[in-house]
Amino acid sequence: MIDEAKKRALIEAMAAAMVGHAEELTALDQAIGDGDHGLNMKRGFEAVLADKDVIAAKPLPDALKAIGTTLVMKVGGASGPLYGTLALALAKELPADPSRDDLARALRGAIAAVKARGKSESGQKTMLDVLEPVAAALENGADPVTAANGAAEATIPLKAIRGRAAFLGDRSIGHMDPGARSSALLVAAIAGVLEGGSNGGG
Amino acid sequence: MSTQANGNVGIVIVSHSPDVAKGTAEMVRQMVGEEVPLAFCGGNPDGGLGTSVEAILAAIDRAWSEAGVAILVDLGGAETNSEMAIEMQPEARAGRIVVCNAPIVEGAVIAATEASGGASLETVRRTAEELSPA
Repeated sequence: MIDEAKKRALIEAMAAAMVGHAEELTALDQAIGDGDHGLNMKRGFEAVLADKDVIAAKPLPDALKAIGTTLVMKVGGASGPLYGTLALALAKELPADPSRDDLARALRGAIAAVKARGKSESGQKTMLDVLEPVAAALENGADPVTAANGAAEATIPLKAIRGRAAFLGDRSIGHMDPGARSSALLVAAIAGVLEGGSNGGG
Repeated sequence: MSTQANGNVGIVIVSHSPDVAKGTAEMVRQMVGEEVPLAFCGGNPDGGLGTSVEAILAAIDRAWSEAGVAILVDLGGAETNSEMAIEMQPEARAGRIVVCNAPIVEGAVIAATEASGGASLETVRRTAEELSPA
């Protein structure tokens, strides 16, 4: 059950992950992007954190809608609409008390929305390269955090086709995608809260 | 095309840099004049380099015309944030706001030139996009 306390804990964990890794994300983005990913995600999630009590009191779909809208408005880079769309799509797809199957199904729907927003597909060195393996792990009973971390690592040899990194072409090879890394960090933060709960089912 | 004051397509300029956005708008005003609704925005919600959906929404409102609005953007996030802002528009404006796939400065000037003659939104966009490499 994702109750109010758990929703607050989820917001705190996601914000802590983004604030705590802002410099790392920015360093990754300096290598192949414009170097603002860490600061942008930090700004967005600090704005969510500032509203945590109001957001956590809402039913899960409404809470996700509030988070998505805040990210869209506050992040300030392409990752705002992309993560915002992810949250807004999850808000539409998830029931108030989702099962793991609900999560997997909703994530698939949200991935489709992110693809449309970013005009992107898997294999192009983006956050999608983490989200799709996470959805597969949820479907197959595998550990989503392991899947996310492995998938983020697997973006290192990829060549960027979308986003600013695409300007670099072959020079984008050899660097982890910052959006893939932030996605993996958020997955780990979310799983840490959900799996640390009462039934450990995740 | 229309005798209304706001009958011409409006132009919105969205840059990561407030200075680029402002400078581009100044070029449009000097080269095209006052015949076109024009608004610009640049910078992230903290005022640093980046773009802000909130600022883009406000710019669309300022440049709004019943003939529609053409948005010129610079890099990645400006485009994604502009598309987000378009989706957040009221139903009555649906289909009447487009992002032009064109260089921001040249695109803004040529789009505004076309708009000042009363061209349709589609013509404004097509003319601006002729500047882009195929």
